[in-house]
Amino acid sequence: MTQTMLPPAFADLERFALTWCLKTESERYARRLASPMQELIDFYDACFPRVEDALAYCDKFPLEELPEDAIHLLHLVYSLVMVAMAVEIFQQPKPVDSADAELARVCAPWP
Amino acid sequence: MSKVVHEPATPHRWPRPPEGTWTQHYPELGTSMMSFEDSVSPEFFELEREAIFKRAWLNVGRVEQVPKTGSYFTKELDVARASIIVVRDRDGAVNAFHNVCRHRGNKLVWNEFPRAETSGTCRQFTCKYHGWRYGLDGGLNFVQQEAEFFDLDKAELGLSPVHCEVWAGFIFVNLDATPRQTLREFLGPMITDLDGYPFDKMTEWYEFSADNQSNWKLFADAFQEYYHVPGLHSQQVPSAVRTPGKGFECAHFQVDGPHRMVSTGGARRWTMPPEFMYPIERVTRSGLVGPWESPELGELPKGLNPGRIEPWGIDNFQIFPNIEILIYHGWYLLYRYWPTSYNSHRFEGMLCFQPARTVRERVEHEVASVVFKEFALQDAGMLTGTQTALESAYRTAGLTEFPVNDQEILVRHFHKAVADWVDVYRHDLAGTDAR
Ligand code: FES
Ligand SMILES: [Fe+2]
Repeated sequence: MTQTMLPPAFADLERFALTWCLKTESERYARRLASPMQELIDFYDACFPRVEDALAYCDKFPLEELPEDAIHLLHLVYSLVMVAMAVEIFQQPKPVDSADAELARVCAPWP
Repeated sequence: MSKVVHEPATPHRWPRPPEGTWTQHYPELGTSMMSFEDSVSPEFFELEREAIFKRAWLNVGRVEQVPKTGSYFTKELDVARASIIVVRDRDGAVNAFHNVCRHRGNKLVWNEFPRAETSGTCRQFTCKYHGWRYGLDGGLNFVQQEAEFFDLDKAELGLSPVHCEVWAGFIFVNLDATPRQTLREFLGPMITDLDGYPFDKMTEWYEFSADNQSNWKLFADAFQEYYHVPGLHSQQVPSAVRTPGKGFECAHFQVDGPHRMVSTGGARRWTMPPEFMYPIERVTRSGLVGPWESPELGELPKGLNPGRIEPWGIDNFQIFPNIEILIYHGWYLLYRYWPTSYNSHRFEGMLCFQPARTVRERVEHEVASVVFKEFALQDAGMLTGTQTALESAYRTAGLTEFPVNDQEILVRHFHKAVADWVDVYRHDLAGTDAR
């Protein structure tokens, strides 16, 4: 039996888990920049309709006591937010007109 | 002299001062073209180090970074060629010291690399070189093989203090030997009227850092006018409802001493029809201006929304020289610009929220943080272009003056405040020479 990362109710998103369950914003941003647009769109199209369910699932637990599979699910939601910027707003992985600018997130709450 | 006939003025969205423009309301600002030589001149930058960064009160952090006895952090103030330690002592006071050992001048507190900032908690500071130890009050407590020294007076060899004061939880230092003003005097009424704002409740932080290839003032300029928003950030509004050629008008401007503020007003994004929002904003109930709803804060200080704008959007306070506090509904943004040379600086940005109580609230904060970065990257991307073009304008193209409009009044005021401080410094220098 293969190891799953997400709660069973989200088996339909399992195929994205390895790529997009990323712990930090830097990893998610880097993954977005490195992904072809079509892959971002595929991920977005599959994930966006499941956001409500994902939030409802995670919210069954106290924020500080999320089980591991719910944390993975939350990270997938964070990745969706990251990818939505490219898909909904810029129609390209990198923000339009951002040239060579970088902005590193150096601290954020967990999870 | 022939009289110029103006077209009838377009009606303004927001009331203006009796003079007709914000800029003319502050006559000392003038309305002429401006020079940005202060952003391209290495000589001027050397003056700024002395005139501004070694004389002004500088915000280096928040009290939450030193929560208990012995909590400390270091700050590299390259612009003033100083490194400092900020530490909470046994009496609960926050103190600052030069990060220099009094024995042979080694950098006292650092972790892996001497040039990198660090933080932590300790009972005392021990120099890595020969093991001298200092208390949290800066006193020299222990000298290795003390008897080998000659007339060593430990009482005289404590850490060199730096003036340090706290306002509203913001820790400020002043590198001047004798600061010309207390912190409160320096901040003045426009800023200190924010007293009581619950900054201390907003302890969930998303911090960003960037090295930018531009003068520190140019990035600050990009965040103290909204004139550029429809141009540079057209994507802030979904394309279906974008109005080409539409401008943006700020609701209120105010200056006080070297500091300044601007308020925006207008319908909240989410009270508009759904097509004004991106799908991700609708599903997470958060976005460009943060969470739609934040926990209530109770009564707010009189310094907030000083123009009494209704509906109120954002207050954007710029505290001279290099800090900016943007107060949104229930959360705030903090920016700092630390010059590293005449054409480069380190940017620090912090989004500060009331701690999330649920996953949904955490996601709201994440969304605000992600959207913030997208659009800040556009501002930052622009800067290299501004810096290099301004430099060539001055050095090659013979262009030295640029028009600045009423919506850009804070840019005008900022560069004037910088020039004023440099003038005072030059004057003081001349006075010293004459003596
Ligand atoms: S330089 Fe610090 S103990 Fe010698
Ligand atoms: Fe901007």
